Amino acid sequence: MSNSVKLHYDVSGEDFTRAGEASGNIKKVLKEIGCDADLIRNVSIATYEAEINMVIHANGGVVDVDIFPDHIDIVLADQGPGIKDVELAMKEGYSTAPDNVRSLGFGAGMGLPNIKKYADEMKIETEVGVGTTIRLKFYIK
Amino acid sequence: MKVKEIIEILEAEVICGEDLSEKEVHTACGSDMMSDVLAYVKDQAVLLSGLVNNQVVRTAEMMDMKCIVFVRGKKPDESMIELANASDMVLLSTKKPMFTACGLLYSHGLRGGNG
Repeated sequence: MSNSVKLHYDVSGEDFTRAGEASGNIKKVLKEIGCDADLIRNVSIATYEAEINMVIHANGGVVDVDIFPDHIDIVLADQGPGIKDVELAMKEGYSTAPDNVRSLGFGAGMGLPNIKKYADEMKIETEVGVGTTIRLKFYIK
Repeated sequence: MKVKEIIEILEAEVICGEDLSEKEVHTACGSDMMSDVLAYVKDQAVLLSGLVNNQVVRTAEMMDMKCIVFVRGKKPDESMIELANASDMVLLSTKKPMFTACGLLYSHGLRGGNG
């Protein structure tokens, strides 16, 4: 377990234009390591969606990445408002994003379902008023 | 088709990445909704969009796209150009509206792919 590559990012909730910096960096590292292109894309899309969610809904948060020889763990944790109804939030097309976010090209209600689609495993821990933690696992084939 | 053919067909201005115009692209998608691009698009190399912000370039970066065409004469700002350069991406701007730009590229052989 000690030979994993660890990455940590603080995601600012202040500036929407900077959303995606963490995901972009993770993508760069995976490329440098020489990961398979499909895996890199899956990780990139899932992490980017989660990072966007963090900025839109939770005023930022932290992203921790652990790269092992056979899998990648990514934990995205925020101290935002939490998700009231996870089952509903997982439905395609359901969104609580405000209109100004839609004008930026997001908030179609595809974020969480899309994260689930691209990650091999996804766990959501959330509590209203406390925050949300999303745990993602990707297998390296 | 090559990126340089897109430039000709759409009478587009090259914002950055001119040295990458020999790259081959086969599929494209047109959308102002980045959520949908991330959810429905797969293996498209060109993104046509009327939306102009950093997240358009970030979205294309995550999807491994090679070229973004901004329609309706929209122009990206410096930070978008910086992001695009870092990902070896071509940014173009055309005065043509979305429907016309997509139609022209389609009629010249570019396809929508499976997305």
